[in-house]
Amino acid sequence: MENQKVKVNINGADYEVAAGLNILEACKSLGIEIPFFCYHPSLKVAGSCRMCLVQMGTPARDRATGAPILDENGVQKIAWMPKPVISCGTKVSEGMHILTDSEYVADCRRAVLEFLLLNHPLDCPICDKAGECKLQEYTHAYGRQTSRYVEEKNIKRKKRPLGTKIMVDAERCIQCSRCIRFCKEFIGKSILGFTKRGSKVEIGFYDNADNDSNYLLNVVDGCPVGALTETAFRFKMRTWFLKTTESICGESSAGVNTRVWSRGGKIYRITPRQNPFVNDMFMSDSGRYTFKKYEQRRLDHATIDASPCQTEYAVSRASEILKLGGVAIVANGWQSVEEMYLLGELAKACGAKIYMASHPQPDDGKLVSAEGAPNIRGALITGIISEYPKPNLGDLERQIQGGGVKTILCFGEDLAVLGLQHLLKGVNVIYCGALENDTSAEAKICLPLYSEFEKDGLWVNRQFRIQRFKKAVDAPKAAVNDIDFIAGLLRDATGESFKIPSVGALRAVIASKNEILKDCASVPSSGLVLDGSKFSAIEFPEAAAINFAGATSSKAGE
Amino acid sequence: MAIIVERKRLSFWERTYLPQILSGLYITLKNFFAPKVTLEYPDQQPVIPQGYRGAPVLVCDSDGRHKCVSCQLCEFVCPSKAIKVTPSAIPEDSQYAFIEKGPADFQIDMSRCIYCGLCQEACPEQAIFMGSEFSINAYTRAGLVRHKDDLYKIGGVVPDKIMKWQKIKEREAK
Amino acid sequence: MQSYHIFSDCALINGAIYFGLSVLCVFIIMAFAGLSVVAERKVCAYIQGRWGPNRTAIAVVEDIPFVGNFLKKNGLMQLAADGLKFLLKEDPLPKHVKKIWYMLAPVMALAPVLIVAGVIPFGVYWQDGRAYPVSIANIDISLLVALAVGGLGVYGAIMAGWSSNSKYPYLGAMRAAAQVISYELAMGLSVLPVILMASYNGVSALSIFEIAKMQSGDVWLCMLQPLSALIFLVALFAETNRLPFDMAESETDFVSGYHTEYGSFKFGLFFVGEYGHVVVGSALFIALFLGGWDPLPGCDWPSSWGIVSTLLSVATFLVKVAFMVVFFIWIRWTVPRFRNDQVMTLGWKCLVPLAALNFVAYLIYTSIA
Repeated sequence: MENQKVKVNINGADYEVAAGLNILEACKSLGIEIPFFCYHPSLKVAGSCRMCLVQMGTPARDRATGAPILDENGVQKIAWMPKPVISCGTKVSEGMHILTDSEYVADCRRAVLEFLLLNHPLDCPICDKAGECKLQEYTHAYGRQTSRYVEEKNIKRKKRPLGTKIMVDAERCIQCSRCIRFCKEFIGKSILGFTKRGSKVEIGFYDNADNDSNYLLNVVDGCPVGALTETAFRFKMRTWFLKTTESICGESSAGVNTRVWSRGGKIYRITPRQNPFVNDMFMSDSGRYTFKKYEQRRLDHATIDASPCQTEYAVSRASEILKLGGVAIVANGWQSVEEMYLLGELAKACGAKIYMASHPQPDDGKLVSAEGAPNIRGALITGIISEYPKPNLGDLERQIQGGGVKTILCFGEDLAVLGLQHLLKGVNVIYCGALENDTSAEAKICLPLYSEFEKDGLWVNRQFRIQRFKKAVDAPKAAVNDIDFIAGLLRDATGESFKIPSVGALRAVIASKNEILKDCASVPSSGLVLDGSKFSAIEFPEAAAINFAGATSSKAGE
Repeated sequence: MAIIVERKRLSFWERTYLPQILSGLYITLKNFFAPKVTLEYPDQQPVIPQGYRGAPVLVCDSDGRHKCVSCQLCEFVCPSKAIKVTPSAIPEDSQYAFIEKGPADFQIDMSRCIYCGLCQEACPEQAIFMGSEFSINAYTRAGLVRHKDDLYKIGGVVPDKIMKWQKIKEREAK
Repeated sequence: MQSYHIFSDCALINGAIYFGLSVLCVFIIMAFAGLSVVAERKVCAYIQGRWGPNRTAIAVVEDIPFVGNFLKKNGLMQLAADGLKFLLKEDPLPKHVKKIWYMLAPVMALAPVLIVAGVIPFGVYWQDGRAYPVSIANIDISLLVALAVGGLGVYGAIMAGWSSNSKYPYLGAMRAAAQVISYELAMGLSVLPVILMASYNGVSALSIFEIAKMQSGDVWLCMLQPLSALIFLVALFAETNRLPFDMAESETDFVSGYHTEYGSFKFGLFFVGEYGHVVVGSALFIALFLGGWDPLPGCDWPSSWGIVSTLLSVATFLVKVAFMVVFFIWIRWTVPRFRNDQVMTLGWKCLVPLAALNFVAYLIYTSIA
C-alpha cells in the first residue's frame, strides 16, 4: 500500500500520485495550488470552509454490467459529479479526473469567499494577522474585489482574552474549527467551541476551561484569520516588517524547529517551523519566549573585577590568566557543536578538563524534553565529555577543594546555582556568556559572547538529529563571537599562528576529523540523523520523541 | 542626412543688427518698468493651492478622535523610510477602547521625507494628509523628527464624511 | 605755458596736493566700480521682473530712519557684504600655479584702469582766461596714453590665464588677447577722423581735453562722426570684455574664463578691474564723443561762474558717466552673447574695414572741402 501509485488526470494532464492521498495533498505535491482554510495536514478533516472545492469525475461504467461506457472515439467517458467536491475530503482513485482551474471552480471560490466575508469586519488595519492572513490572500487571489452586501453585519464579541496568552475576536472568525480540533486532538482537552447557529455562529471558549496548556498558542499559528491572536505579540509589529530566520528552539533537547521573526535587531516572536521528524508544525508556548531572557539579562560589556573595560583587553587578560595553568573549563549545553569542538582543542592545549552540568526538567511527553540544555549529545559526540553530565559540578568541587584548580573558564553556566557558591572566592573565574547571572557579577573577568539568536551553529537533539540555527539579529557591539574567542584562546595557548576559521571552514574541519559528524558541513534545513549507537550504553533521561513523520511525512505544508 | 534649411534673406538694416539691438533695448526697457513678479517670501506668504503636497500630518475627525490606528501601511509604503510607527493597544479606560489599536508614537523624520504623498494614498483610515506647510526647520536633527502630538497639533481636524468608527460604536451599543 | 595747475610755490606741498587728488580720483573710480556692481544687479533684476538684492542689512545702520531702508532696499549693504566677503574669505593659492605671475595678474588687471583715469578730464576750470582740465595729469598726448595703457589691461587676463596652469583660464586668456588685438585696431582707426578734425581746428589733436573742449558749446562729435562713435563704442564693449563680447570669461564654455582659478580678494580685484574698465571707458567715450562736461549739445557752463561752473562741469561729467554705465549694463542684459568666431568676424571683416573706410572718406571730404 505504501508505495502504490494511482493515475489521475488533473486539469487535462495525466499524473501519477501516491494512493491514499486526498485530492488537495495530491495537487499540492504536483505544485497545483488549491486554496483552503479549515484543512490542516496534522488534524482531522472537517470540510467546513468549502474553499477547496474542485470538479471531480470518474471513468464512466455501465451500472448494470460494469462495462466501460465509451464515446464515439472509443475512449471511456468521464462521469463528472454534478456538484463540486471538497478536495480535502476526497481521496484520489485510479483514473480520476480533477479540474481546479475551470471557470466553474473559480466561481465556487468567489462565492465561498463572498459568504465568508459577509460578516467579516474587514478591520485589517488593526488586525495582527494582516499580512499572513489566508482570508486576505485568497480574497486578493480568488475573490470578487467588491462587496454586494448592503445589510448590517452581525455583531459578535470582540477582544476577549482566553487565558493570558490569547485574544479572541469572534467577528473575524470564519468557523473553520481548526483551533477546536487542535485542542481536542493535540492537547487532548476541549477548550474552544462553537455556540449559536447559522450566521450567528460564534467561536467561544468554556468559561471554566483548563486553558493553561503549554501548547495553546499553536491555535494562533493555525488560525487562518485574525480571530485568535497572541497577547504577547498583539499590536507589537506588522508581520510584513519582520525578517524570518530559521532557528532551533533552545528550550530543551527536543530541538524544535523554529522561525525567528525580527526587525531592526529586535526579536518580536518565535513560531514553529515545519519539520515532520521533530515537531511537525507545533511548539511549546514556553519555547516561544526563550528570546525574552536576552532582553532582560543580556550581558553587553566586558568587565574586569566588576569594572567595565574594553572587550579586547579583557580577552587578552583572560588569555594571560589561562597560561598560568590549573585551568578547569565549564562548558554548557547551549554551545554549538563547533564551539564544543574548539573547546576540546583548547582543553588539550591547556591541559584542562572540561566539566558540564545537565539541566533536568519535567518531560511533558510532547515537545519539551527532560533535558533543558539542547546540545548535550553534541558534547558527547565531540568528545568533550564522556558520560551524561550530572545536574551539579561535584567533580569540579572536589578538584577545587583538592587545590588542583586555580582558574575556571566558565561558559554561561551559573556556578553559584551548580553548588560552587562557597568556592568561587578562592579561584579566578573567567565568565563568558550572553546572560548576566550571579557568577558573571562575581567573576574576575566577564566577557559577553553571542547568544543563539546572534550566531550560526549546530545542535544535536534528543533523536541524535543534528540541526542548524542561523543568525537572526546582530549581537551587542561589545560582544565577541564565541568561535573567535575560543579560537583566539587556542592560538595563544598553543603559540601557533593560524587564521581564525569561519563557521563554515570550522565545520569542514570537524567533518574531516569526526566520523560521526562527517556530514555536518551540509546539514539540510530538516536536520540530519547522526549515528548515536556509540552512546547506547549511556542512559538518557528524555522520553522518546513523538513520531509525527509516520502520519504526515508526505503531507502538505501549512 | 543633413538637412539644409533655407534661411530668409536679410535686408541691409537687418544685417547691420542695429535695429534688432534697438528693439531689444526697447523691450528690456519696457520690462524694466513693468511690475515685478517676485514674491517677497517671508513678508508675503504664497497662496497654497488645493492638493498641495506639504509636510505630512496626522488629523482628527470632527469628534476630535485621533484617526490613526497604527496599521503601519504608511511606514511600509514610505520610500525614504521617514515614518516610524510604534503601535500599541488603546487603554481600556479610553472612550475609544473599542478601536483597540492606536500609535504609542508616530515619528516622521522631516529630514528624510520626500513629500511624495504615498503615505496619504496608502492610509486606510484617512488619518495622514499632506498638509500645506512647506517651511520646516530646526536646529538639530532630532528637532526635525516630528512626534505624534506635534503631528496631530499641526494637522488639526479634517471632517470625515463616513465616520466609520462612530457607526461601529453606535451599532455595538444596540 | 604751464600744463598743470600750481596750487603752491612749494613743490612739496604741490606734490602732496596732487597725491591727494590722485587718491581721490582712485576713490571715485572705485566707488563708481562698486556702484556699477549694484547697478548691474538691480538693472538686471528689474529687466527680468525681479527686485534684486533688497534684504541684506547691517544691524545698526538698518535702523537709521529712511537712510537705513534706502540702503537696504537698493542693495547697497549687499555691496558692503560682498566686499567684506571678498576680504574675509580664505585666499586659496592652488598648488599648480606659477605663483609670482598668479599674484601679479589681478594687480595688472586693475592698475592700467587707474592710470588711464589720471588723464581723463572730469571737468574744466578757468584760470587767467584759459581753460584747464580737471584731471590728475594734463598731457598733450593723453588720448594716446589712454589707448596704449588701456590696452595693457588685457595683460592681466593673459597673465592670469597662463599662470593658472589650467585649460579653461588659458583658453579664456587667448581669446581675450585675440579680441583685444582685433578691436584695438578698430578703435584706433575710428578715432583718427576725430584727431584729424581736431587738428584742423588748430588744437593739440592728441589731447582728450582739447577734443572735449572743442565740443564745448558746440555740436557733439557723435553727431559729426556717427560712424566713428559707433565703431568706438562697439570696440569699447569688446575692450572691456562686456557682454556681448565676454570671450575672456565665457562662463558658458570656460567655467569662468581666465579667473577660474582665482578666489577671494584676488578675484575681487579682477571684478573691480572689469567695472573700473567700464567706468573709465565710459568716461573716455563721453569726453571724445558725447560733449564731455556739457549738459546738452550747444550749451556749456559759462566760464564767468568760475568755481561753480567747474563743479557743475564735474558733476555733469559724472552723471553722464553714470548713465553710460547703465547703458553698458542695459546692453548686457539685452543682447545675447556672440560666438568667438562671430566676434572675430565682426572685428576683422566689419569694424576694421569700416573704420578705415570712414577715415578715407573723411580725408576725401576734407580735401574737397
